[in-house]
Amino acid sequence: MELNGADIVVRCLAEEGVDHVFGYPGGAVLYIYDAIYKQDSFQHILVRHEQAAVHAADAYSRSSDKVGVALVTSGPGLTNAVTGIATAYMDSIPMVIISGQVPTHAIGEDAFQECDTVGITRPCVKHNFLVRDVKELAETMRRAFYIAKTGRPGPVLVDIPKDVTVATCKYTARRGEVRMRSYSPVAKGHQGQIKKAVQMLLAAERPMIYAGGGVVLSDASNELRELVELTGAPCTTTLMGLGAYPGGEDKYVGMPGMHGTFEANMAMQNCDVLIAVGARFDDRVIGNPKHFAATPRKIVHVDIDPSSISKRVRVDVPIVGNVKDVLQDMLGLYVQAAAETPADKGRLAKWWEQVNTWRARQCLDYEKSDTLIKPQFVVEKLWEVTGGNAFVTSDVGQHQMWAAQYYRFNKPRRWINSGGLGTMGVGLPYAMGVQMANPDADVAVITGEASIQMNIQELSTCSQYRMTPKILCLNNRYLGMVRQWQQIDYGSRYSESYVDALPDFVKLVESYGHVGLRIEKPADVEPAIREAFTKHKKRLVFLDFITDQTENVWPMVKAGKGLTEMLLGSEDL
Amino acid sequence: MKHVISILLENEPGALSRVVGLFSARGYNIETLTVAPTEDPTLSRMTIVSVGSDEIIEQITKHLNRLIDVVKVVDLSEGPHIERELMLIKVRAVGKEREEIKRMADIFRGRIIDVTDKTYTIELTGDQGKIEAFIGALDRSAILETVRTGVSGIGRGERVLKL
Repeated sequence: MELNGADIVVRCLAEEGVDHVFGYPGGAVLYIYDAIYKQDSFQHILVRHEQAAVHAADAYSRSSDKVGVALVTSGPGLTNAVTGIATAYMDSIPMVIISGQVPTHAIGEDAFQECDTVGITRPCVKHNFLVRDVKELAETMRRAFYIAKTGRPGPVLVDIPKDVTVATCKYTARRGEVRMRSYSPVAKGHQGQIKKAVQMLLAAERPMIYAGGGVVLSDASNELRELVELTGAPCTTTLMGLGAYPGGEDKYVGMPGMHGTFEANMAMQNCDVLIAVGARFDDRVIGNPKHFAATPRKIVHVDIDPSSISKRVRVDVPIVGNVKDVLQDMLGLYVQAAAETPADKGRLAKWWEQVNTWRARQCLDYEKSDTLIKPQFVVEKLWEVTGGNAFVTSDVGQHQMWAAQYYRFNKPRRWINSGGLGTMGVGLPYAMGVQMANPDADVAVITGEASIQMNIQELSTCSQYRMTPKILCLNNRYLGMVRQWQQIDYGSRYSESYVDALPDFVKLVESYGHVGLRIEKPADVEPAIREAFTKHKKRLVFLDFITDQTENVWPMVKAGKGLTEMLLGSEDL
Repeated sequence: MKHVISILLENEPGALSRVVGLFSARGYNIETLTVAPTEDPTLSRMTIVSVGSDEIIEQITKHLNRLIDVVKVVDLSEGPHIERELMLIKVRAVGKEREEIKRMADIFRGRIIDVTDKTYTIELTGDQGKIEAFIGALDRSAILETVRTGVSGIGRGERVLKL
């Protein structure tokens, strides 16, 4: 069948089972948009800014098992998308971004809306392609999806010049899997290494399980849960791993790191065997690597990407493989080995006693107030009202940390945030992606008055597609995290961190056709959240919580400090 | 320590910049880099000489392997191998010096490949040590221009790097 390039793009998306594409048209992609007009295999969501298209596609992927797709035009369309692409790259999110390009004959001539897309995006994609011939288009699209979702996932960009979208060639439907001689991701881990890890676990007196986003990405929550049960070890999950292990379980010690719990950080530092699963010893997780390495312990590191292993911390047993496959093998071998030499059940009693004394510090307690709305209180109430079952997206800053600390996620893929790049402005477009992938679910955005303004134009997209996220704005009139650092490290000189000239958010969202509520008293917090999720279930609701201006996020490990050098509250300053 | 890293990669537009971009993005060092297609025109062979601790070199090879266009990576320094570099050097050759330079080129088994009244252009191959020794043996002020290809490397014996 003879098709033009634009039709081939649409066909290939249908082949991959894509049902939503987030995008924004422009000159270089007009043939593709013409082909979209004539098809009905997927719905196109028209955003208001290309950055939001990529974030939405990214969250679509994070909150489901599908590959998110974004479509943007050449030049500024693409440069606007770059922040979204870099965000997905840092968190290893499988995505395909299609960008228009000026016609092949004009490339390099500084044509209107031309930019070196492949060059600009190279450092923030897993791979990218410039398609110079329509005959290569279908195969390139297939490779893009294959690369995006296999191995360590990541965004893949396909740059398509306008003349390629109008040129025609014979199109044949996909047959079989994609094969590439230069790319063959591993799944299975080395059996000998896994055996070694099992022996270490069996002999451990103070074992600790440290799980990251890799567990979520490989859908290995059940395996992780079983490993925790079998070993009886305490479990911590990173910001990217929240929900991979249920937040309400007794073996769960909270999140580790800069704003992690006292017990998680103390246990990470003082365990004798640390099993790191799909986590990468990030600077926000282990603090100063020298300090972290100063306490002797054996480390097992399971990761699909060899370059993550021994990058910041030397490990004793590296296991390269897909987390799910490796954990399955590990569980099998563990059961086998434990049957041969049953481990002493009371062996970990002393360790748990220690962990529980750390827990008894109750590091997440905060001062309650009848007059000021405490931001932590809002998150706790959201958890109560939604039964802990909502999809929660966040932006970046204090509110993000409070969401991570106080919304005890029970299921994977429910917590959607920008962990690696830390991109302010993702919250609202993330909620759009989540909602398209999970149309019947409750979706909440926990944000701040500064972050929300970075993509606030998407309130319009939400109107158009009847999207109904509940936006909880923890409005403290400050760039809260910046203010916190300035208070602690910069002599309380609040340089440019005050958010002045705020809009009336209630009126603003009403002008887009949404519901706006302003909440100024603690007693009104829960009723307002309830109202949003019941009375206004089918509407987008913006809850503007006027919160305590100077609340800080505790505990805190200052940048460059050791993991156990924690500040537990303002009394430690 | 100095390492000689051999890379087999797809002969695709942009493949070279992916490799170079990796080094600059992560702050790794490139001392020399050579690249050309192999007997199979769809594949290129690259040799990179880099200096770094064992940990850094390990990260470099891991990151190179991660690039989609890279088919294979070998750190040649891990085993016996051969390194060669080609240098073209133009030197002033007048008066008494003219004969002296000819003799020097012979000693280093270089070849004079172009001649004028006042200059010789010499072609010299060898490992980096030999090339540097030759430059060192010449009078600095006599050197008009040098062009070096950078190191190409290959494993000794039956060790091969191919598909």
